[in-house]
Amino acid sequence: MRFSIYRYNPEIDEKPYMQDYDIELEPTDRMLLDALVRIKAQDDTFAFRRSCREGVCGSDAMNINGKNGLACITRLSEVREPVVIRPLPGLPVIRDLIVDMSQFFKQYHSIKPYLINDDPPPEGERLQSPEDREELDGLYECILCACCSTACPTFWWHPDKFVGPAGLLQAYRFIADSRDQAINERLDNLEDPYRLFRCYSIMNCVDVCPKGLNPTRAIGKIKDLMLKRML
Amino acid sequence: MVKREVIGAHYGLRDWLAQRVTAVVMTVYTLAFVAALAGMPQLDFASWKALWTQPWMRYATLLFLLSTFVHAWIGVRNILMDYVQHIGVRLPLYVAVILALVLYGAWSVQILWGL
Repeated sequence: MRFSIYRYNPEIDEKPYMQDYDIELEPTDRMLLDALVRIKAQDDTFAFRRSCREGVCGSDAMNINGKNGLACITRLSEVREPVVIRPLPGLPVIRDLIVDMSQFFKQYHSIKPYLINDDPPPEGERLQSPEDREELDGLYECILCACCSTACPTFWWHPDKFVGPAGLLQAYRFIADSRDQAINERLDNLEDPYRLFRCYSIMNCVDVCPKGLNPTRAIGKIKDLMLKRML
Repeated sequence: MVKREVIGAHYGLRDWLAQRVTAVVMTVYTLAFVAALAGMPQLDFASWKALWTQPWMRYATLLFLLSTFVHAWIGVRNILMDYVQHIGVRLPLYVAVILALVLYGAWSVQILWGL
């Protein structure tokens, strides 16, 4: 199978280049990650991140034939040859497919991604009704792989100011949590022309999310709550 | 000035809402305008002038134009926020855009009621 892969080692290469690989696949090689591991066995200078290899950890997010996705859950039978693989767009490249995600995580941390509740913790758990718990479906599944944020032109342009779809989905995950007590502070934190309102709902995030989540809907719900608060 | 990233301006919701409301106004006007055109007995100067001398047409058009200017202000401001990084340049551009739009508003009244 033919692959064309983005290569860049800043210590050796003056600029990035695309390298072609022809790989003999075994019948057990089902996912793109299996092929990348074969390439790595053939050329050990090739660098990429991977960990759980089953779409849970979010380490092997990359741009596959022009669309962001996770190599470990992308079927080899469904990708067009030659498979063009590049690092996630918009983030600084450390080496080959490995990108510097500091900016992405900085935005994630800016929304305080933890439960804020000043009540003394109960003996057992902080309970929720099944309906309240249901509101978190489609939010808590996010694995922070950065496929969505790095597919977003606003995040490319304002990575330092716009929270990005992943961060905003996570923000709504805590805004929507009936056990959280800081909803007003969270809305205040996001009421900013850059942080939230740079989202123009073009839905690239929804298109690429490997977990099938919908950041645009979460962003819409944040705006609805702000509107409800204002009126 | 210290080189630190400052964000958290605490505005944006009103503009977001205004852009949506003005978009609805413009859509309704456009449909109503097409309907008014289709409902004209014949397309000649006399009926065209008669259409524009009706008060409701003048007020509706003024509302449409003001909505366009408000909508344009938010859109142009967002473009300037994206592409003009130096605030010493951006602020005068904001002022110029606002002054131009206010001028257009006054000019619209003059045109509509001068017909």
